[in-house]
Amino acid sequence: MKVPLSWLREHVDLPAVTAHEVADKLTAAGLKLESITSHGHDVKNVVVGEVLSVEELTGFKKPIRHCMVEVGEAEPRQIVCGASNFVAGDRVPVVLPGGVLPGGFEVGARKTYGRLSEGMICSERELGLGDDHNGIMVLPADTPIGADVVELLGLRDDVIELEITPDIGYALSIRGVAREAATAFGVAFRDPAAVELPAATEPAYPASIGDPTACDRFVLREVRGFDPSAPSPLWMRTRLTRAGMRPVSLAVDVANYVMLELGQPLHTFDKAKLSGEIVVRRAREGETLETLDHVVRKLSTDDILITDASGAISMAGTMGGLHTEISGDSTDIVIEAAHFSATGTARMSRRHNLVSEASKRFERGVDRELPLVASWRAVQLLTSLGGASEVPGVTHAETEVSPVRIAIPTSHPGAVAGVPYSHETVVTRLEQVGCVVEPGSSPAPQRGGVDATGVVSGGDTDGLLAVTGDDMITVTPPSWRPDITDPNDLAEEVIRLEGYENLPSILPKAPAGAGLTEAQRLHRRVGRSLAAAGYVEVLAYPFVGERDLDHLQLPEGDDRRRAVRLANPLSEDEPLMRTTLLPGLLKILVRNVGRGFGDTALFETGLVYRPVEGAPAKAPVLGVDGRPSDDELGSIESALPRQPQRVAVVLAGEFERSGWWGRGRQATWADAVQAARLVAGEANVELTVVADQHEPWHPGRCAAFYVGDVLVGHGGELHPRVIEAYGLPPRTCAMELELTRLEKAMPGPVEAPAVSSYPIATQDVALIVPDWTPVADVAAALRDGAGELLESVRLFDVYTGAQVGEGNKSLAYTLRFRAADRTLTVEETTAARDAAVAMAADRVGAQLRGA
Amino acid sequence: MSDYDPVEVTPLHADELARMEADAVAAIKAAGDLDALKQVRLAHAGDRSPIALANREIGALPPAARAEAGKRIGGARKAINEALATRQAELEAERDARVLVEETVDVTLPWDRVPRGARHPLTTMQERIADTFVAMGYEVAEGPELEGEWFNFDALNIAADHPARSDHDTFFVETTDSGKVLRTQTSPVQIRALLQRGVPVYVVSPGKVFRTDELDATHTPVFHQVEGLAIDEGLTMAHLKGTLDRFAEIMFGEGITTRFRPNYFPFTEPSAEMDLKCFVCRGQSAVPGNPPCRTCKSEGWIEWGGCGMVNPRVLVACGVDPRKYSGFAFGMGIERTLMFRHNAEDMRDMVEGDVRFTLPFGMEI
Repeated sequence: MKVPLSWLREHVDLPAVTAHEVADKLTAAGLKLESITSHGHDVKNVVVGEVLSVEELTGFKKPIRHCMVEVGEAEPRQIVCGASNFVAGDRVPVVLPGGVLPGGFEVGARKTYGRLSEGMICSERELGLGDDHNGIMVLPADTPIGADVVELLGLRDDVIELEITPDIGYALSIRGVAREAATAFGVAFRDPAAVELPAATEPAYPASIGDPTACDRFVLREVRGFDPSAPSPLWMRTRLTRAGMRPVSLAVDVANYVMLELGQPLHTFDKAKLSGEIVVRRAREGETLETLDHVVRKLSTDDILITDASGAISMAGTMGGLHTEISGDSTDIVIEAAHFSATGTARMSRRHNLVSEASKRFERGVDRELPLVASWRAVQLLTSLGGASEVPGVTHAETEVSPVRIAIPTSHPGAVAGVPYSHETVVTRLEQVGCVVEPGSSPAPQRGGVDATGVVSGGDTDGLLAVTGDDMITVTPPSWRPDITDPNDLAEEVIRLEGYENLPSILPKAPAGAGLTEAQRLHRRVGRSLAAAGYVEVLAYPFVGERDLDHLQLPEGDDRRRAVRLANPLSEDEPLMRTTLLPGLLKILVRNVGRGFGDTALFETGLVYRPVEGAPAKAPVLGVDGRPSDDELGSIESALPRQPQRVAVVLAGEFERSGWWGRGRQATWADAVQAARLVAGEANVELTVVADQHEPWHPGRCAAFYVGDVLVGHGGELHPRVIEAYGLPPRTCAMELELTRLEKAMPGPVEAPAVSSYPIATQDVALIVPDWTPVADVAAALRDGAGELLESVRLFDVYTGAQVGEGNKSLAYTLRFRAADRTLTVEETTAARDAAVAMAADRVGAQLRGA
Repeated sequence: MSDYDPVEVTPLHADELARMEADAVAAIKAAGDLDALKQVRLAHAGDRSPIALANREIGALPPAARAEAGKRIGGARKAINEALATRQAELEAERDARVLVEETVDVTLPWDRVPRGARHPLTTMQERIADTFVAMGYEVAEGPELEGEWFNFDALNIAADHPARSDHDTFFVETTDSGKVLRTQTSPVQIRALLQRGVPVYVVSPGKVFRTDELDATHTPVFHQVEGLAIDEGLTMAHLKGTLDRFAEIMFGEGITTRFRPNYFPFTEPSAEMDLKCFVCRGQSAVPGNPPCRTCKSEGWIEWGGCGMVNPRVLVACGVDPRKYSGFAFGMGIERTLMFRHNAEDMRDMVEGDVRFTLPFGMEI
């Protein structure tokens, strides 16, 4: 809402304060300052002149005039002008040499078109008054010569733009802002809506309300003999322009002006184009309407229409129809002022993607008491400015509405605020808002009328919301505040006007909490540990496309192809929710490589979204009258996909850098597998690593990770086709692991080990096994076979070559033995080693090398 | 030993001992390095050295002369040992000076064989905020990102026709009437916390949220919020203000200036906005005549987050009796907090994953 300060001052006795001071107070009251635009503060030396003579200069590409202009100085000024819409004798604004026009444009005396020009005759646009640059501005004939144009035309003004929250539609008007400003400064407010209306004599154009849920008040007034050529006065056009609306024609400008001033959207019909009674009703199946913007709109049966005998003529509070529009030759005008359903107009505006100044106001709630006043104000302006004559009478259709009444103890606002307010403070503040405050508690709060706020009611909510106590008052909110329905709404009004800045600041004492959960701690450890190992965390968008699933070489029927699809994705290329973290990571890796970081290791932790087979397609939208049953809540949960937390890494280039110390080491599948071990280690869980073939990994370089028999993830080198599809560096590696599964395997507190002080006994063994034997299996066999004397097993060499035979490999292990209670004898350790080797022979066919 | 003369044991003569001592000291001084000194030590102080051999002869002396001779030998040995220690120290110092100089390296050489990584500042910021509230007694609550519409809107008193519920703001899942959305705020966690934990409850919930904005310098369709919820008996707006003032102080330091002003949210009543005085212009750009400020758009203030007293209607929807319990909720933007606290100017940097942006933030923020 753009509020010219001069317009505001017309309705509030503001003290001598700056626009910023006004804006600060309004911000504190909840009408937040967006920006202040100053107009005309830099303008000087612009005066009224009378054109004494006009000499047309010839020989130029366009008409040029040399004029003598009387400006109230000793001698007239000679001025060259390119406009030709004025004649000798006209009074015009003239900027004299040394003068300044809006925007700091300085004007001097200069030679042009062969003549001296001492200043400039101005158009409206040049004076910052509007967009009109069709010619210079001709002032009324009685404008005093030499008068200061800045003062005369009100060039100087500040426009405060306010952000109006959706609950206070009344503040989308000068009237509403003025009321707030008056309260904020504690000064008088002159309500532009407080006018004495003539007693209704007879109805004007016939109308009725066909659907009381769509509209609860409908007012029509008429003027006739309107002069369609009458221009809008400058002051009106200036105010409209500064308030952000484009002047169009007097009839349209009047409707907009009244809307800005009072907050009541008006619609005007050309009476000659109407036929039969006007009825407000919902649209019928198949109905259409061509609106002002020349679009033929297919109407929904939920749309609220203004209709006459011919059918739909306007979409209520949203946009008028083309056929009944006021045109350049309309003389008899029917003015509509109505109170439409807020949700009805909101829905219609969204359904048709039509946001208008009117719909913005209706959906935020318009004062139900305005239609009679606003239509009257429009009639007054059309008659006084447009030469129309008023048709006596008014059509007024309405349905009964019972006012909202809310009972609270006067202590309630203070109880919400945490600072006591006196009875007087509470009553005064509520009255400043416009409420009627009566002592005592009404039997029961009532509510009614058109669903102005869309507030849900019913059940026992009202009973639960009721606040009781001593010193009860019953409050009837004003007609312009349909948002006030609950005790806390009243509390907010009091606290807001008393000033949020005056609230005390008290830190509450929460009961002792239990700190982070084990899972939350794990997530942090995982992040730290990967970062310490060289990985950089990223937060990719979770949106993917079919193309990503193809790029990953996922086969038909792969579970990860079953993805949640968005109804309205930002990009049609990425309409799916990720089922794996890898696409996002890989794309960010490509970006970093492209920016010159070829040696990059990245990680992400985040949710993936995995639809559950057979889950209901829809999550029910439950009531809000009380706690839903566990079954009801369960019905929502079961419709949601599983959303497990995962961690993934991708790495390319050198994992250990080359440098002055020598060559670095390329990232390999082993780093990816190690990242999984690192993560599992943070959970204190030992991973079983098993060779696997799983997209998007290289079929010979892919590990599956298990905890017990639960699969928790995969890692290794990516499949060359994946690398090609994403344009990744060769041999890019990746790992992905489901933290949600890992969490469940966390063993709990560690049992402290007994540390033996007896000496270590070490035995090395070299085993020959077939190439394809997983090393992890050999180590496990050695461990199991060695028994409890074994302290550790470490693989220190892997050898393939002729000495161990084709298709074999030799694995060299160091076995370390120690007993808790004695020094081991050579016989004991040898026996344990032999048992270990025997187990390896038994399980994986290992042969002791050299045996 | 037949002509054994107990008085005349030559090696024990004073002159002889003095000579031995002089020989030894001369040899010690002449030792050129530690190896040579080792040899000299063996020759002049070892088991077979003249002085050691002389010592053995003491038994041959008459008892009256033994003490005298022992004293003489002891004196000579002391002098030799002192000379050895001195020379040892000299030679070691010489060796150290030489060898350690030879071994000198350039310790300024880089050693970034495995450069460390970093955590994303939005993650660590969420953790820091969580820690701040955990220290106040709050617990960290979590909820799904793909959420039931009822949790994200209805239970929060956001009516079916509220503009936020249109597909202009909200990502709908599958179809616009599926009842499933990507959560547009962390507030549904309030509902889950109330339903699951009951009251009193003090929870904070950082997390990812989604709105259908295109990515630019100040908007991103996927961003982060931290939600706070406190429901107890007797909680007031003063408690809300106190909590957020403390929060701001912890996040931005004691010099921070905050502003609490009325705002509107369906799920809180009364509602407020917490603004921070602009960290770039310190509010000066709002004063007429001063240069404009890009960061706060010359408003002087930056919106940090919304808050308010939990609307009693929300409590009712969660089965909490608003006649007994009250409380507050707040939702702050993590990206905004990062921008404000670390002068991060462009949201795209937080999204793109360029390692140059993230690395300087390290492990904690």
